Amino acid sequence: MRDGAFTTRRPGLVARLFGTLRLPLNDPFAVCGLLIYGIFLVTAVFADQIAPYDPTEILYTPEYDLAADLLPGEEGHLLGTTSLGRDIFSQIVYGTRSALLIGITAAFMVALIGSVVGLVSGYFGGWVDAVLMRLADIAFGIPFLPFVIVLAAFLEPSIWNVVLAMALVLWRDTGRVIRSQVLTLRSRGYVDAARVSGSSDLKIILRHIAPNILPLSFLYGSIAIGWAILTEASISFLGFGDPQSISWGYMLQDAFASQALAKQAYYWFVPPGICIILVVSAGFFITRGYENLLFPKLGK
Amino acid sequence: MSHLKAAASRTLQLALVLWAVVTILFLMFRLMPGNPLAAYIDPTFTVEQQEALMAQFGLDRPLWEQYFIYLGNLLQGELGQSFRYREPVAERILALLPNTLVLTFSSLIIAYAFGILAGAYLAWRRGSAVEQAAIPLVLTTRAMPEFWLGMVLLAIFSFWLGWFPAGGTRSAGAEFDSLFALYTSGEFLTYLALPALTLAIYSQGLPLLLMRSNMLDVMKEDFVTMARIKGLSNWTVVVRHAARNALLPVMTSFAIAVGYQLQGNVVVESVFSWPGLGRELVNAVSASDYPLAQGAFLMIALVVILMNLVADMLYTLLDPRVGHA
Repeated sequence: MRDGAFTTRRPGLVARLFGTLRLPLNDPFAVCGLLIYGIFLVTAVFADQIAPYDPTEILYTPEYDLAADLLPGEEGHLLGTTSLGRDIFSQIVYGTRSALLIGITAAFMVALIGSVVGLVSGYFGGWVDAVLMRLADIAFGIPFLPFVIVLAAFLEPSIWNVVLAMALVLWRDTGRVIRSQVLTLRSRGYVDAARVSGSSDLKIILRHIAPNILPLSFLYGSIAIGWAILTEASISFLGFGDPQSISWGYMLQDAFASQALAKQAYYWFVPPGICIILVVSAGFFITRGYENLLFPKLGK
Repeated sequence: MSHLKAAASRTLQLALVLWAVVTILFLMFRLMPGNPLAAYIDPTFTVEQQEALMAQFGLDRPLWEQYFIYLGNLLQGELGQSFRYREPVAERILALLPNTLVLTFSSLIIAYAFGILAGAYLAWRRGSAVEQAAIPLVLTTRAMPEFWLGMVLLAIFSFWLGWFPAGGTRSAGAEFDSLFALYTSGEFLTYLALPALTLAIYSQGLPLLLMRSNMLDVMKEDFVTMARIKGLSNWTVVVRHAARNALLPVMTSFAIAVGYQLQGNVVVESVFSWPGLGRELVNAVSASDYPLAQGAFLMIALVVILMNLVADMLYTLLDPRVGHA
C-alpha cells in the first residue's frame, strides 16, 4: 500500500488477489496448515502418477490367488489390500482427489452464497435484510446431516448432493458474520465519500466493501472445506455416497462392512481417518492464523 | 414485562422456523421423483389400509389441500404408518427417543464436566508448554470424523481387549420391565460406555475452548483485579470469582450442543448399532420407509429448534446486560 502511492506500476492481478486475501504467513500453525493443503493438492493432481494401482481394480498374487487382506508390505502393497483385493494406498491417493474436489467446491459455494447474502443484507438493510435473516434462521433450524441424508435418498447418489446440501444450508453462518461486518463498513467515511461522488450501489459494494470482507469469506471458506470433507465422509460411510468414486468415507464404510474391526486391520481403517483429520485440522489452523490477523484482540 | 415480551417474540419466531422446516419437508417428500403416494403408501399394504391412509392424508386431493391436511395431522401428532414396522410412526419414534436422549445427555455431561475443568486450567496456565500443546490437540479432536473415532475405539476396546460389547443396548435375550430398569442396570453402562465416550471426545472441544477464552476475558475485569488487591488467594480468585462468571456462556452453549449432538448421533448410532433416532433415520432412508424417515427428521429438527430457543432464553436470562433487541 505504502509503496503503491509512489510507484506507477501496480502489482499484477494474482499478486493483488493474494494481497487482498492476506494469507497469515507469519503464524507457524497457519503455515503448517497451508503446507498440508499443498501436499494434498499435489497428491490429488498427480494421483494417476502416484498411485501404483487402479483403486477399484481387483488384484491377484503371482500365484493367481485373490490378493485379499494382505498386510502392509506384503507383495509390495505399501498399506496392504482390502478384503476384495484392492490396493489401500492407491485408494488413499485417489480419495484425496474426491475429498479436495468436494471440499473446495462446497467451500466456494458456501463462501460465495454467504458473502452475497451478507453483502446485500448488510448494505441494503430494511425488508431485504429482514427477509434474508429470517431465511438464515430457518437454515439454522434444519439439522444438517439428516437433511443431507434425506436429500441423498431422493437424488441419484453423487458427491454433488453433499455440495448442494451444504450450499443450501451452511451459508447461514458466513452470511450472518459478513452482514455484521458490512454494517460497520457501510458507515465508514470512504463509503460516504463514494456515495456523494455519485458511485452506484453496485460499485460501492464491489469496489469499496467487498474487498474488505474477502479475508472473512476466505476464513469461513476454509472452515467449510473441513465441514464438507467430514460430511462427505459421514454420508459415504452411511452408504449414501457415490459408488463410482473412491473416497475416504467410502473406504471406511468398506472396512466397517468387511469386518476390518474384528480382523484388527488397523492398516485399512486408520489411514483414511488420519487423512481426514490432517485436511480438516489444516483448515482449522489456517482459520486460527486468520483470526489472529483479523481480530488481533482475541489472540492476546 | 420486557422479559415476557422478548420470550413471546422468540417463541413466535420459533413457530415460524418450525413451520418453514415442516413445509420444506412436505415439499421434499411430495415432489420427489416417482409416485406421490409413495410418501405414505407402500404397495404391499392391504387395500383397506391403503384406503384408510388415502382418506387420512387426503392423497387423492390437490397438493395444496394435502398440505393443510398434513399440517392438521402433524398438530395431532399423526405421522403416518411405517412401511417396515407396520405401526404408527409416532409410536416408533417416541419409543426410540429415550435411547437417543440418554446417549446424548450422558456424553454431553461428560464432555462439559471435562471441558469446563480443562478449559479453566488451560486459561490459568496461559502461555505454558501444556497450553501450547493442548490447544492444537483439542482442535484435532474437532477435526476427527466421529464415526471413525468410534471405529477405532471399537477395534481396540471391544474386538481386541474385549472390555466392552460391540453394539446395541442389551445382551441378546435380556428383558427389562421398563426403560428405567434397563437404564439403571449395570450391564447397560457397558453398552453405553463406548458410544458415549466417542461423542464426549468429540464434544469436549467446544466447552473447553469457550471456557478458556471466557476465563481469559474475565480475568482482565475489574472485579477480579479487586479480588487480587484484597489479597485473596490465587485459588479463590480463579475459582470463586473468575470461573463462576466465565461459566455462564458455557452453560448456554450446552443447549446448542444438544442440537448439534443429535446430528452427530446419526453416524455414531450407526457404528454402535444403538437403537436411536439417528440410526432409525438412516435405516428408514435406506429402506425407502418414507413416513418413518420424515418422522425421524421432524423429531430431530424439533429438538434442534427448541434447543436454539432455550439457548437464546438462557442467554438473556443469565446475563441481564444482554438487551432484548
